[in-house]
Amino acid sequence: MNKVNLTIDGRQVTVSADSTVLEAARKLKIKIPTLCYLKDINAIGACRMCLVEVKGARSLQASCVLPVEEGMEIKTNSPLVRTTRRTVLELILSNHNRECTLCVRNSHCELQTLAMEIGVREISFPGELPERPVDQQSPALLRDGSKCILCRRCVALCHQVQSVGVIQATERGFQTTIEPVFGKSLNEVACIFCGQCIHACPVAALQEKDERDKVWKALADPDLHVLVQTAPAVRVALGEEFGLGEGRNVTGKMVAALRQLAFDRIFDTNLSADLTIVEESHELMERVNQGGPFPLITSCSPAWVKYVEHHYPQLLSHLSTCKSPQQMMGALLKTYYAQIANIDPAKIFVVSIMPCTAKKFECQRPEMRASGFQDVDVVLTTRELGQMIRQAGIDFPNLTEEDFDEPFGESTGAAMIFGVTGGVAESALRTVADLLTGSTVEKFEYEEVRGLEGIKESTVQIGEQRFRLAVANGIGQAKKLLEQIVKGEKQYHFIEVMACPGGCIGGGGQPICKERIEKEKTDFPIERLKALYKADKGSTWRKSHENPTIKELYNKFFEKPNSKKAHELLHTAYMKRPLTPKE
Amino acid sequence: MSICSCQNKKFDKLREIIAEKKGTAGALIPVMHEAQELFGHLPIHVQSFIAEALEVPMADVYGVATFYSAFTLEAKGTYSIHVCLGTACYVKGAQAIVDKLAELLHIKVGETTEDGLFTLEATRCIGACGLAPVLTVNNEVYSQVSVEQIDGIVHKYMEMAWKDEEDGNSSTNS
Amino acid sequence: MATAQQIAKLREQTLQRANLDDSRQGIRIVVTMATCGIAAGAQKVYETLRKEITRYGLNNVIVAPTGCNGLCHYEPIVDIYVPGKEKVTYVQVTAEKIKKIIALHLFAGKPVLDYAYEKDMTYQMPIALSNSGIINPESIEEYIALGGYRAEIKALDMKPEEVIAEIKASGLRGRGGGGFLTGLKWEYTARAEADQKYVLCNADEGDPGAFMDRSILEGDPHKIIEAMSIAGYAIEATCGFIYVRAEYPLAVKRLELAIEQARKLGLLGKNILGKNFSFDLEIRLGAGAFVCGEETALMASIEGKRGEPRPRPPFPALKGLFNKPTLLNNVETFANVPMILNNGAEWYSSIGTAKSKGTKVFALGGKINNTGLIEIPMGTRLGDVIYKIGGGIPKGKKFKAAQTGGPSGGCIPADYIDSPIEYETLIELGSMMGSGGLIVMDEETCMVDVARFFLEFTVEESCGKCPPCRIGTKRMLELLAKITNNEGQVGDLEKLEQLAKTITAASLCGLGQTAPNPVLSTIRYFRSEYEAHIIERKCPAGVCKAFLEFTIIDDKCRKCGLCARTCPVRAITGKIKEQHVIDREKCTKCGLCMSKCPVKAIQKKSRE
Ligand SMILES: Cc1cc2nc3c(=O)[nH]c(=O)nc-3n(C[C@H](O)[C@H](O)[C@H](O)COP(=O)(O)O)c2cc1C
Ligand code: SF4
Ligand code: SF4
Ligand code: SF4
Ligand code: SF4
Ligand code: SF4
Ligand code: SF4
Ligand code: SF4
Ligand code: SF4
Ligand code: FES
Ligand code: FES
Ligand code: FES
Ligand code: FES
Repeated sequence: MNKVNLTIDGRQVTVSADSTVLEAARKLKIKIPTLCYLKDINAIGACRMCLVEVKGARSLQASCVLPVEEGMEIKTNSPLVRTTRRTVLELILSNHNRECTLCVRNSHCELQTLAMEIGVREISFPGELPERPVDQQSPALLRDGSKCILCRRCVALCHQVQSVGVIQATERGFQTTIEPVFGKSLNEVACIFCGQCIHACPVAALQEKDERDKVWKALADPDLHVLVQTAPAVRVALGEEFGLGEGRNVTGKMVAALRQLAFDRIFDTNLSADLTIVEESHELMERVNQGGPFPLITSCSPAWVKYVEHHYPQLLSHLSTCKSPQQMMGALLKTYYAQIANIDPAKIFVVSIMPCTAKKFECQRPEMRASGFQDVDVVLTTRELGQMIRQAGIDFPNLTEEDFDEPFGESTGAAMIFGVTGGVAESALRTVADLLTGSTVEKFEYEEVRGLEGIKESTVQIGEQRFRLAVANGIGQAKKLLEQIVKGEKQYHFIEVMACPGGCIGGGGQPICKERIEKEKTDFPIERLKALYKADKGSTWRKSHENPTIKELYNKFFEKPNSKKAHELLHTAYMKRPLTPKE
Repeated sequence: MSICSCQNKKFDKLREIIAEKKGTAGALIPVMHEAQELFGHLPIHVQSFIAEALEVPMADVYGVATFYSAFTLEAKGTYSIHVCLGTACYVKGAQAIVDKLAELLHIKVGETTEDGLFTLEATRCIGACGLAPVLTVNNEVYSQVSVEQIDGIVHKYMEMAWKDEEDGNSSTNS
Repeated sequence: MATAQQIAKLREQTLQRANLDDSRQGIRIVVTMATCGIAAGAQKVYETLRKEITRYGLNNVIVAPTGCNGLCHYEPIVDIYVPGKEKVTYVQVTAEKIKKIIALHLFAGKPVLDYAYEKDMTYQMPIALSNSGIINPESIEEYIALGGYRAEIKALDMKPEEVIAEIKASGLRGRGGGGFLTGLKWEYTARAEADQKYVLCNADEGDPGAFMDRSILEGDPHKIIEAMSIAGYAIEATCGFIYVRAEYPLAVKRLELAIEQARKLGLLGKNILGKNFSFDLEIRLGAGAFVCGEETALMASIEGKRGEPRPRPPFPALKGLFNKPTLLNNVETFANVPMILNNGAEWYSSIGTAKSKGTKVFALGGKINNTGLIEIPMGTRLGDVIYKIGGGIPKGKKFKAAQTGGPSGGCIPADYIDSPIEYETLIELGSMMGSGGLIVMDEETCMVDVARFFLEFTVEESCGKCPPCRIGTKRMLELLAKITNNEGQVGDLEKLEQLAKTITAASLCGLGQTAPNPVLSTIRYFRSEYEAHIIERKCPAGVCKAFLEFTIIDDKCRKCGLCARTCPVRAITGKIKEQHVIDREKCTKCGLCMSKCPVKAIQKKSRE
């Protein structure tokens, strides 16, 4: 790529010709404020916070979309730039429901930070506020229009990254609103509750549905036996809520904190992830034996399942009937565990700590009551757990590490990597290889399905069988893959889809990653990914079917994989959902 | 919503229109124009139909429908009164005409009378500025209108509607 | 498929058949049937006219509809051309009048001078409007007869770069508002490399009070088709779109017809005029959004999206419609192109001033006697437009200001009445050329109210993408509403100015960048009027309701009681034959009583 020289605030810089002025400035460590810009996702020049003065240009220019040119002279901190930025910010604030002390984003809000950095001290132009209601009908997400600054990062994400496209700018001018069609709730449209839009949002206009109170109440109820399970992706992200850095594995501290919060038992969703793998591998084996139908597609990501239900109902029969790990665990806790612990399942209250907003929806699905009760009572996100820990005054960083409770504390490295894109496929391969060959295959790390690329395809030879598999990283990529399958252009045996880019480590319930904005990191969950693969390497067991607890479960309870009982408790069915609302 | 057979016919027509336009780039707005022509407005089931047939997110259809003032989500009155509030007309006193109509019909700009007879709208310049101030009722143009003429104009249409009702065709603009 | 020779032949034939030129053998009658003519009842006149001709069994009389001839105020208009005689223009014609005109003028050979009007063209110079009001816009033959498509024939014999050089040399600047050099724009687009390029015509004409583009499309649609084809040839595009406001159904209809006709004659489509050049056009309707006149928003709209502008660079010449190099020109800009090629760049650049070449069409409106459409050489004095062409202000009122540039422009006060109308001067005066709306205001116009009116417009039409425009204009409007509602505070003017500065500097597109202009220019020239509202608490022009008082002048009142019966809020008390009084507390200042009073005994004035 050609190089271009330009001067910013009197300093020379050389950058590649396809850079923007913002990128050039960042190279010089000059910080230009941004609000609407999200690298590779939203570069629309809307918010006007990144304005700079360009010598010779008639008006100020938005540096986030301004291509560099040879010899350009830029000022990022002239009096005109400063007053203009401040007035624009004042205008945005004049139109914003400024209630920072009551706000979920308080102290990690881009707008608040900007107001602080730019030093706004008054709103000189108070005026009408837009009337935008709060949508809290859905079980997973809350949208507070009064906080929305119309940066449209969520819209770009939902359309371009996720290819779902259920929110859009509507009306125009001062009336402009970001919302689903006809002012409907996210609950009434084809939103899949992946929660990716929350990560895109610089303010608190998008949040998970806060359900901490239900959990506090359960914990305070002496009649209830309150169980908690934690997903693999949570442990490598929770530390970020406490400033412990990206991708730090805080399993032990997390367990200690949960114990301090007075949960009666602390279990690991990894155990049920192993169960999922064993069940799903047998499902795949069955299809291999019967010669199809292929592909078999994973179903552990509830946002993905909902996506298929809305958009590709014709492919529903390809989804694995296995429940997601959290639901398998819920079903187990209210049956098997209730039995061995001799507790009335009606008195058991199951809480899941998940990286995921869609799981709040999943646990309320009517299919998810195999035990005769709602199998999982409440799902909290990683962020909500962080909030509870702070609320309880627990000094998280200094906790001494503790272990999960038995009997569901034991798990494998295969379950650990469930939390990243490609992980489920790899775990399944590990088990399928052993099953098919009837031996213990030595080489079980499948590099070809690892990493953050959009679509990873590979062919794996296991014994006589050649498996064609594909891994889709995020819904947008999955859509591309499905289109090829629907058109008959591609054939696979097995497909893994994770709704969130990166997999659950990038889930909608994970801590909001500042790095993504400040360092323009587009591979922001990479540290979390590394941490999970590291944990896998350090595990005693690396293959799900080797997990002694799993073996015991089959011996004592399910008899064998895909047994009748297993089907009752661990498998589910799907339904077609409308693509667009009609009334 | 139950869809009657005349609606079904309209949807058949819409399907044809979409089939014809689907290949062309930027087909959405032309399709919406025709759909509005056909249905009189763009209610949710029509937008939903367009979205699925053109394979675009319905959010985009709705985003477009609410952006452009020519598209309307609600059914309009039998008679749509559009008063021009363009500069030429405004300078010549069009605001007083809007006020008078609003008072007479007991509705605000953008609203439809309870009996569904009149919708009052303010428009921007229909290009007849030489004859300002102007208003249109459906396709009829009234030029150099004065406040005094308003009563007469409104009554003319009321009588037309009454007459239609007597003749047994209750809606002239179905 | 027509060749240059066949076009020439068609021209000869039509000239004779349609009695179009001075050697005419028969009578030619045209009725102006553009939107405003039809609104004024031209259809009925036209039908009556045809019936009469048939009834009398007149031979060799051509009756045709035509476009705007500029006298919009006098619609409907009928022009009669009798061989060997001067044309006679009849104005405000009705069905009754036309019967009489036919009988007297055609049979007795005596023009009905009572109905006639002599149009003074001294100050005007039709180039863009050369055919409008003369030819039948629904006939490609009549367009060809008056020299149509000759420029294209000529252009196709030139090299594309020669065509561009000619346009550049003419000095033609964009008539859509910005005044960018047209030839330069063509050159940039021609230089871009791509598999596909587009030519677009901006016929969105969003400026309320402007109707030049409508008149050109309704009166001479082929001119635009010809010019766009020439542009297509020059920049090597094969496809064009005309983006027309949906509010202009007649323009759309005539354009559609014209495109059909051009296709039939092989003037659109493959291998035009037998040359290795293909070009075709498609019409796209706007849907009621002023911002879609902005070039990138217009392109988004054609692409089927919300009409939201996007940042430039990249400029449309490199990445425009569907990300391909795109040339966008305004209707009037295109309308100049054929004449430039026919008569040469030198001829064109001899008209106008040093930096503003050629002519400009204006829509004269507001408080002026001869509202209508005019085309004047650049550099014409504002005063000549208002008094010589426009006939001055009605009812002998005083001229206060002229507004140009619509919602992006500003007001030019009476002090500057001698200024020449050209791009640079208007900008210096704090206004701009804009697309050509020219609204005249008299002493009864409140300049604060005018500013509020324009702000209301921009607030309603802002696309909402960027905060300075979306929120800033709203805040300005709120301040102006405060001032006109008698709630103004000291300091409000300064706030308006600060907001204006930020909105101008920070907005993403031209709409926001120019939205404060009407406010800035009225503050600049009429600051005292603002101060009167804020400090003296009155509206000098007697417009803003909050400051008004309605009173009954005792000695004029005939005590008829009509006003009391008219008042919707029963604010007027008094029995018939008794003194009537208005209760100021109750009065909503609707003005109805005043309009009803038979002896004009009710007075409206700003309170003291
Ligand atoms: C808000 C806004 C509205 C505009 N509206 C129009 C319009 O209605 N018609 C027009 O020709 N140009 C309009 N323009 C100018 C166009 O963006 C563009 O500059 C012009 O059409 C280019 O053609 P020209 O070079 O021939 O003038 C508008 C610009 C802005 C910023
Ligand atoms: S979103 Fe940010 S600025 Fe707004 S109230 Fe919450 S913390 Fe404050
Ligand atoms: S930051 Fe200021 S406003 Fe907010 S809580 Fe503290 S003192 Fe109050
Ligand atoms: S949760 Fe996912 S699908 Fe729903 S609006 Fe957000 S990004 Fe779109
Ligand atoms: S919801 Fe958040 S991300 Fe979406 S537009 Fe509003 S502020 Fe931006
Ligand atoms: S990828 Fe993980 S976090 Fe995202 S929706 Fe699926 S299960 Fe939830
Ligand atoms: S300046 Fe106004 S119209 Fe232009 S992009 Fe911004 S909000 Fe939209
Ligand atoms: S101005 Fe209107 S409200 Fe006031 S007295 Fe007259 S009619 Fe009544
Ligand atoms: S209408 Fe005029 S004349 Fe009659 S009572 Fe009223 S003010 Fe007097
Ligand atoms: S305009 Fe550049 S960050 Fe929003
Ligand atoms: S929820 Fe189990 S790994 Fe994602
Ligand atoms: S301003 Fe009313 S018709 Fe143009
Ligand atoms: S004469 Fe009718 S539009 Fe001008």
